[in-house]
Amino acid sequence: MVKNILLITLSVVTLASMNTVYAETPQQILDNYRTQAKTEVANFKDFSATNGETFFKNTHGSDWSCATCHTSNPLKQGKHASTSKAIDPLSPNANAKRFTEPAKVEKWFKRNCKDVLKRECTTLEKGDVMAYLMALKP
Amino acid sequence: MRKLHKFLVLGLLATALTSLGVFQAYADDDEDEKQEYSEHKGDKGRGEHGEKGEAKNLGVKLTNETWKTECSACHMAYPPGLLPAASWQALMGDLPNHFGTDASLDDQVMKEILPFLTENAASERRQETNKDGKPMLRITETQWFKKEHDEISAATWKSDKVKSASNCLACHTTAEQGNFDEDNVKIPR
Repeated sequence: MVKNILLITLSVVTLASMNTVYAETPQQILDNYRTQAKTEVANFKDFSATNGETFFKNTHGSDWSCATCHTSNPLKQGKHASTSKAIDPLSPNANAKRFTEPAKVEKWFKRNCKDVLKRECTTLEKGDVMAYLMALKP
Repeated sequence: MRKLHKFLVLGLLATALTSLGVFQAYADDDEDEKQEYSEHKGDKGRGEHGEKGEAKNLGVKLTNETWKTECSACHMAYPPGLLPAASWQALMGDLPNHFGTDASLDDQVMKEILPFLTENAASERRQETNKDGKPMLRITETQWFKKEHDEISAATWKSDKVKSASNCLACHTTAEQGNFDEDNVKIPR
């Protein structure tokens, strides 16, 4: 019986630690973009929250900006521009679920950048936007 | 003493399962309705819409978590029974141009969702084509949809609480459960 208990305890610990591998922190995701940017951008130093904010709030040749749906305060709830469906706050400082899954982050950058810029975003653009969202104070 | 052991093992098992559940939900998505959706019960079969001139249950008790998560990210997850298979195939085949937005999905997710849609789709008899002879993609442009809603005034469609015919939930209060029964319709005034 003691063996059983040990076995179960062990599996709990193992499973719990396995799961944390999937979920990353926004900082880890940003760090990966930083590593990538260094190989893509000449003289790259770091991402800029200021540039990120400008990028986020401006339009880029289409009707929509990032702020159209996510509002100009990404600490607040947004609303989909076509369907009016509520969008949870985008800043990880207001919504702990944001920027914890690299695949999901990439999926939405790809989709939303196509909607806003008619192309995919560069690593620099993604990192700047993330730096902006992570710098916001609730 | 044996009882105590049993109790301990059960407790640990419960902890294991709970922690797994919590982590998975965290790693999974921001769709909080998931649980509620899959727990929905009591709907009968997949049924056909408009068979006797009334909205039937569209059978999303045959739910698919991936469908629910992905298709409800920007709008309500429209039940598979609202379109025939050829329409779903055409729609899912052009997700990067999904009614004006990019809704692209990776191949793996597509493999999980498309069969669920086509297998539970509306009957072939309801297949409609648009002017170009291609499968109808907009549920709200199908003949049966128009017929079902022919008593709705233009003012209601345009009202602030409805705004768009794609906004099922404005009137069909149980649409997210796949239930379009008229008893649950409340037209906002």
